[in-house]
This record gives sequence, C-alpha cells and structure tokens, in this order.
Amino acid sequence: MTFEKFVFYVFALILVYAAVRVITVRNPVHAVLHLVLAFFSCAAIWLLLEAEFLAITLVLVYVGAVMVLFLFVVMMLDINVAPLREGFIRYLPVGAAVAALMIFEMFLVVGARYFGTQAVPVPPGHGPDYSNTRELGSVLYTDYVYPFEIAAVILLVAIIAAIALTMRRRPQTKYQNPSQQVIVRRDERVRLVRMDAEKKG
Amino acid sequence: MIALSDYLILGAILFGLSVAGIFLNRKNVIILLMSIELMLLAVNTNFVAFAYFLGDTAGQVFVFFILTVAAAESAIGLAILIVLFRNRHTINVDDLNSMKG
Repeated sequence: MTFEKFVFYVFALILVYAAVRVITVRNPVHAVLHLVLAFFSCAAIWLLLEAEFLAITLVLVYVGAVMVLFLFVVMMLDINVAPLREGFIRYLPVGAAVAALMIFEMFLVVGARYFGTQAVPVPPGHGPDYSNTRELGSVLYTDYVYPFEIAAVILLVAIIAAIALTMRRRPQTKYQNPSQQVIVRRDERVRLVRMDAEKKG
Repeated sequence: MIALSDYLILGAILFGLSVAGIFLNRKNVIILLMSIELMLLAVNTNFVAFAYFLGDTAGQVFVFFILTVAAAESAIGLAILIVLFRNRHTINVDDLNSMKG
C-alpha cells in the first residue's frame, strides 16, 4: 500500500464517518460541526486529485463562510429538537434500505470493472512547476467568461434576496430623518414667551 | 495507485448517506439543507475525479460554478428558514401546511 493510498483511505473513512454523524446526531450544532469535518476531509481528497484551488476554495468558502452561516442560524434559532426527531426510528429501516440499494446500484455501475485502473489509466501527474490556479484561471476568464459573469449575478441576487427576506421594519423603532432636521427653521423650535418679572416675596 | 472507481464509489457512498439523511430527518429543515450540501459535495467529488483522470479542466470549472450556486442556495435557504421561524416559531416541516400542499 503506497502512502497516497493510505492517505486516501484515512480521509475517506473520516469523510464517511462525518457524513454518518451529520445525518444521525441529535443536536443540530453537532451536525454542523461534523459537516465541517466532512468538508475538510473532502478538501484533502481533492488535493490528492490535484485540484488545489478548489480544495482551498472549499475550505475558505464552505468552512469559512457557509458553515459559519449555518452555525449562526442554528445557534440563533431556539429549536426544540424533540418533535423534530420523532419518526427517526420509524424511517430508519426504509431510509437505510433505500440508501443501501442506491449505493449498491451505483457500485455496480462505477465499480472497478468499468472505471478501474485498466479501463481508465491513472494520469502521470504534473510536475512541481504546474499551477492548478493558473490553469483554472486561464480557462475561467477566456472560455467561461460568460458563465462566470452569470455566476456573479447569481451571487448578487442571493445577497439581495437574503437581505430582502430577513430585513424587517419595526414600526415602533425611533429613528432620525436628516432631511427634516436640516430644513427646520428657528420659529419651529424656539418660542419666545413675554412675561412680567415676578416680585420677590 | 488509486483508481477512478475508488473516488466514484466514495462519491456514491456520500450520495447514498445524504439520501438516507433526507429520509431520516424529514422534519428538520436544517438537517435537510445539510444533506443537500453533502449531496453536492459527492457530485463535486465525482467532477473533480473525472477532471483529473480525463485530464480536462472543464470538470473543475463546473465544480467552481456548482460551489457558487450552492453557496447562493444555502444563503437564501437559511434566510427563508429565519423568516419562517420568526413567523411560525417552528421549523418542523409538518407544520408548514398553510398552502395546503
């Protein structure tokens, strides 16, 4: 067993363990943390596949932003977990059966017979001066520049949609209106009252 | 050497686990969203593996776009979840029946 294979199996085992924990753990916070572990191990496996840019992007964007957002939401919402867990045992046999059947079917299709080392030979790998980021960027900004712009628009739409959904105006909130403050005149604020001086008693 | 089938089987196991997660946690919207993230991760792993073994960068570019769309999807999903919890005080899927669907 080569070192590469050892690394693959270690990270694949951690990945499968973390995925099992994500779907079975009781506390949603623990589920999010196991999902973080799954993303980390998957990034390591992507590194084995020489997709360095995407592996780092997965850690930075997914673990750094999306999972923190998940964690934020899970901790902000005060969720009663008990009613959400009912039916877990009832659906366990059918869920496990469907999952096992799907994995078995996919195993028949993607197994070593059609995608083994004989069918698809392992590429020799790139030299030390190969830059995955440079290659990805050179096609991303030339051949795929139009989808790239669409992706940017999708992100913009997501920003606007998320803000528009969660922003709420509270009617009782006090806030200033600067234009009203600026155009105020003296006689709207100050009233001079003429009154006689009072005698000292 | 690690064959392409190893990566594909790993992706298949991940995908099957996330389908099982949707079955098991069908009342908890947060775990449902996380299962969808796991599914996308499995698909992305397949894309990256094919990109490596076929020597084509297009697979990695596709993963890039999937990551973008998945980030947007989870942001909007969580925003909807927050609005839902604010209005109904629950995230149980069974209680979301106001549209009689």
